[in-house]
Amino acid sequence: MTFRKYLVLGAIVLFGSFGDVLISRGMKDLGTISLAQWHHTVTALMNPWVALGTLLLIAFLAGYSTALSWADLTYVLPATALGYVLVALLSQFLLDERVTTTRWLGILLVTAGVGFVAGGPSYTPQSQRQRIAQGRIAAGPWGKEKNDA
Amino acid sequence: MRDFYTWASIAVIVIGSTAGDVLIALTMQRVGDVGELRRHAGTLAVVRAVLGTTQFWMGIFFMAIGYFSLLVALSWADVSLVVPASASLTFVTNAVAARVFLHENVDRRRWFAAAFVAAGVALLAQ
Repeated sequence: MTFRKYLVLGAIVLFGSFGDVLISRGMKDLGTISLAQWHHTVTALMNPWVALGTLLLIAFLAGYSTALSWADLTYVLPATALGYVLVALLSQFLLDERVTTTRWLGILLVTAGVGFVAGGPSYTPQSQRQRIAQGRIAAGPWGKEKNDA
Repeated sequence: MRDFYTWASIAVIVIGSTAGDVLIALTMQRVGDVGELRRHAGTLAVVRAVLGTTQFWMGIFFMAIGYFSLLVALSWADVSLVVPASASLTFVTNAVAARVFLHENVDRRRWFAAAFVAAGVALLAQ
């Protein structure tokens, strides 16, 4: 992992978090949408907050696709999970939602999870994917490579 | 009824996001490192390689389903419930789907990471 790749992961966190919060801010203006009025979700894009949030989510998608070209999905998702911590903090400061003790504990667990994945390899080599596809590496958290003999 | 709508929307977000994530990951896995491709063949080649696949657009379609469901869910509940709750479940479904469909090496470290993040995100939803 190069510095540039860490920057891409950081950009994913920022774009995703700010996108979610801006869309939430816009949806508060628009009020409740029932399932029967699902088409109102399209007109919601006219709201400036929702429109800006959507633009940020498109930037998020570009960064996310880039990251998935050199890292596994099960690496990128936890590695960018700090975004949820950021959403909790932004919700408190921008949307006046309260961050309770339980949420702080959640923040701690997410950060620990990110630490777990960040220390490991980011990509499964093609040869290993083939062995997994052929069932030569057992599924599950304690999956070990089976003996070829 | 409000709770039912919220959780039904969250279920659609999870299914849409997982299917979208897997399809886009599969596309990008086949395209390879876009940084290297851009250096050798230029930005246009990267755009063509990604946008020219059916899988990518199917991934976008499923993500769009998840996104519009997110808009509905956000109109019923706070962002601090909807985003962490749907994300928490998506971590678990994605770990399973990545192993089954993408043949990723989801080792002990990654299962722990997914479990810690899912639990943490669930607590964030409290």
